[in-house]
Amino acid sequence: MDPSQALEMLKNGVPTSWYLTLSALLFSIGVAGFMIRRNIITVFMCIELMLNAVNLSFIAFAHQHKQVSGHLFTFFVMVVAAAEAAVGLAIILTVFKNRSTLNIDEINTLKN
Amino acid sequence: MDLFFFSLFAFIALICAVNVVLQKHPISSALSLVGVMGSLAVLYLLLGAEFVAMAQVIVYAGAVMVLFIFVIMLLNAGIEEHRGRSWIAKLLGFPAFVALLGLLCWFVQRFFPNTGFVKFGDFTGGGAQEIGYALFTEYLLPFEVTSVLILIAIIGAIVLARKELD
Repeated sequence: MDPSQALEMLKNGVPTSWYLTLSALLFSIGVAGFMIRRNIITVFMCIELMLNAVNLSFIAFAHQHKQVSGHLFTFFVMVVAAAEAAVGLAIILTVFKNRSTLNIDEINTLKN
Repeated sequence: MDLFFFSLFAFIALICAVNVVLQKHPISSALSLVGVMGSLAVLYLLLGAEFVAMAQVIVYAGAVMVLFIFVIMLLNAGIEEHRGRSWIAKLLGFPAFVALLGLLCWFVQRFFPNTGFVKFGDFTGGGAQEIGYALFTEYLLPFEVTSVLILIAIIGAIVLARKELD
């Protein structure tokens, strides 16, 4: 379509697919961080980033279908993420107490 | 106006997300993550999800990030050391990642072409009243199971992090 037509369309608001694109980009950045970072806490933060990206697409689909279910899924994801953060950080504390390192390259054996 | 706010906060979210990955110090990553979560809360508001936006600010940007920063300070986590990676990963990693992102954008735009438009005020079903109603009628069982999950998580965290008593 030509630019003036596209501009006219954007007066209606932002296409939902842009929100989905943003969500996909944030998720990919989270995956990349998960793979290239070596600090266990930062890896954990990248997981939170991925969860947030998925929440955004849940909310976008909820808006598209005009239903409240997507909001509830997001709510449950948040609850699980909070529980996961509490347990995960406790595990990180224990690992640090036993190994004195946060580098995931050095935490590669189950038994020390 | 919708376009302006979406572009602004999507840009902030992307910049902060890249910053989370690229910063060397965990504290900088954590603060960038707060930026991502704050701008996502604004995007939720634009999508008509008021309750979720508030929960995002309180639960994520508040509670979870405080937990992260607390642990970073407790463990005195410093700048992470970089080991050598294979030369092929260094050479091809970034271009391949950018290509993946481009492919992803094309894919979403190609397969979700007519998904409708998001205009602020179009959808007003995301307030606390509607969420609460759905939570205590249709989603009552998951809600109750969630409380058990949180109880298990609390007990698990205490058991994992306590000092060994002799």
